[in-house]
Amino acid sequence: MSDTPRRVAVTSPRTRGVRRPPGRPALAALDEQDVVGDLLIRSLMRAQLGLGLRLAAVFGILIGGLPLLFAVAPRTRDLEVLGIALPWLVLGGAVYPSLWAGGWLYVRLAERNERDFVDLVERS
Amino acid sequence: MSPDLAAVALVVLLTLGIGAYGLRLARTTSDFMVASRGVSPLWNASAIGGEYLSAASFLGVAGLVFAYGADMLWYPVGFVAGYLVLLLLVAAPLRRSGAYTVPDFAEARLGSTAVRRLASVLVVAIGWLYLVPQLQGAGLTLRATTGAPAWVGAVVVAVVVTVNVAGGGMRSATFVQAFQYWLKLTAISVPALFLLLAWQSDGAPDLAGPAGPVFRETTSVRLDAVVVVDVVERVVVQTSTGARVLDPGTARLEGVVVFPAGSAVPHVDRIERATGDAWARPLSGAGGLEHPLYATYALVLATFLGTMGLPHVLVRFYTNPDGAAARRTTLVVLGLLGTFYLLPALYGALGRLYAPELLLTGRTDAVVLALPAAMVGGALGDLLQSLLVAGAFAAFLSTSSGLLVSTAGVLLQDVLRGTVRDFRRASVLAAVVPLLLALAATSLPIGQVVGLAFAMAASTFCPLLVLGIWWRGLTAPGAAAGLVVGGGLSAAAVLATLAGLVDRGWPAALLAQPAAWSVPTAFAVMVGVSLATRGSIPAGVGRTMLQLHAPEVLGLSRGR
Repeated sequence: MSDTPRRVAVTSPRTRGVRRPPGRPALAALDEQDVVGDLLIRSLMRAQLGLGLRLAAVFGILIGGLPLLFAVAPRTRDLEVLGIALPWLVLGGAVYPSLWAGGWLYVRLAERNERDFVDLVERS
Repeated sequence: MSPDLAAVALVVLLTLGIGAYGLRLARTTSDFMVASRGVSPLWNASAIGGEYLSAASFLGVAGLVFAYGADMLWYPVGFVAGYLVLLLLVAAPLRRSGAYTVPDFAEARLGSTAVRRLASVLVVAIGWLYLVPQLQGAGLTLRATTGAPAWVGAVVVAVVVTVNVAGGGMRSATFVQAFQYWLKLTAISVPALFLLLAWQSDGAPDLAGPAGPVFRETTSVRLDAVVVVDVVERVVVQTSTGARVLDPGTARLEGVVVFPAGSAVPHVDRIERATGDAWARPLSGAGGLEHPLYATYALVLATFLGTMGLPHVLVRFYTNPDGAAARRTTLVVLGLLGTFYLLPALYGALGRLYAPELLLTGRTDAVVLALPAAMVGGALGDLLQSLLVAGAFAAFLSTSSGLLVSTAGVLLQDVLRGTVRDFRRASVLAAVVPLLLALAATSLPIGQVVGLAFAMAASTFCPLLVLGIWWRGLTAPGAAAGLVVGGGLSAAAVLATLAGLVDRGWPAALLAQPAAWSVPTAFAVMVGVSLATRGSIPAGVGRTMLQLHAPEVLGLSRGR
């Protein structure tokens, strides 16, 4: 057994610039940020922002609307459901599972948007 | 040693012990600083929950509900909803940005060291504002349960946290905090169960009702200092110097005062006496809260939008492997927090019946700790109280560690600059300042001070993150102007409130809950100045947006 390291050949592909992924022009367009790439990423951003804002608006109205409801319809402040005052039932309990459900829905839809985007880019 | 002190010692030892265990696992500098990103979503979510549930959640929410009623339920709702907003608008892009702190994000997105430095100053300011009530809560807890002077608890927490953070960095913080979430959940839910049983066996007395708080039995109240109270009904009390008649109006009480059974509880002058019905009804202004509709909406805005800008929240996102994992972790956090927040309000409500003397002493933040002795008593009561003390200390320690890691990190990168060795020095500096503030400042309710920190975060980092992630038009001058205006306005309101400059009417309400006007102003300034300086939109904004929003699986080149 000898300790001398073996000879290895070192080669280079000698390509100029970055190699494009073959057959995936959309990915290259994204990477190089040409007009098509710009349109693609803008469409993804629009979809994701729209989703986030729509869900935020739903919760803004449902939960954020409660103080206004209590203010304009004072009877709702004393309403009892199942023996518990409505404001306590909602703010002390029901609101938490609904926030979680909203989060769950968002994660599902946001991941679907991203999957669609990846499909679009990889298929083209 | 009393069981309460034993509980504190146990939590401290476990914290340091798990910290040291984590330290053994942290071998490289990158392990040390960011936990190598090898943390599973449930661990990471538990750690986020553990770090987030602070003195405000464990003691403060119950104290506020106890004193001011139904409107205070918005505090915990906002603390959780803030995570939903964070999930909807910033979680995944923020993780993809690769930023470890808000200043990192600002610099990467806008390429400006000036904005970076501004953001650093704000991180430290918000971090310190948030640390002060944690340390005060520790002082209050030890005083309420063992009679130790208030500074003892504050110093204990500051020292333990500094040792742990300076010695262990992020890796051990993750383990410690994940453990502390489960400790806190146990510590608040087990006693709650026993308290509910005690309430049932007491004949389930009405928690609201037309009467105000009364002493249900002969009650001896010990006052360490002179307390000015409002007496509503004539009552004869026993003091150390004999019987004393209290007539309706203001009275100054000190020493030991014994109230007869069935007498109305005189309230400390900053809390107005409310009937149970008014207390249970939203927008009734119970406890002397002025302009409740405005205050509610301003609080909603501060908490919903402020969570994303808290210094210790962003750091945690860095430990997720990618954007999708950041989303899933946030979802688990929503579940963990929602479970916890079902409980504090219960303590506040039971306190009206069983610990009304705290409305006289004004130590409303101690209501959680007072109930086991008042309702269960005996050895079991002592045990439950010790469990609550352990949970409270877990809260002070975990939130303080998180805040300390982030403020020390920012101090290190932008003030001291250097290696891990300096991180230790930065941690000490980051802990000393809030400790001095906590010892010097008069204490407002814990929950309220934490609410102010949320308002400051919402007025500065919320516009920076939301606009930075979704709007290409944001410029460095625009961001800087927005941070200066939003930070300046909210800081001025916070200082005026802490100093008690205005205490009545609209000015007081506007200053106590600044978010409703400071957040829209900050957004408007940031957008307006950015539009006016359109020429200085960063050249690489297209690449940055690609990095923030394109899914990692595409394998596009990341970063610069």
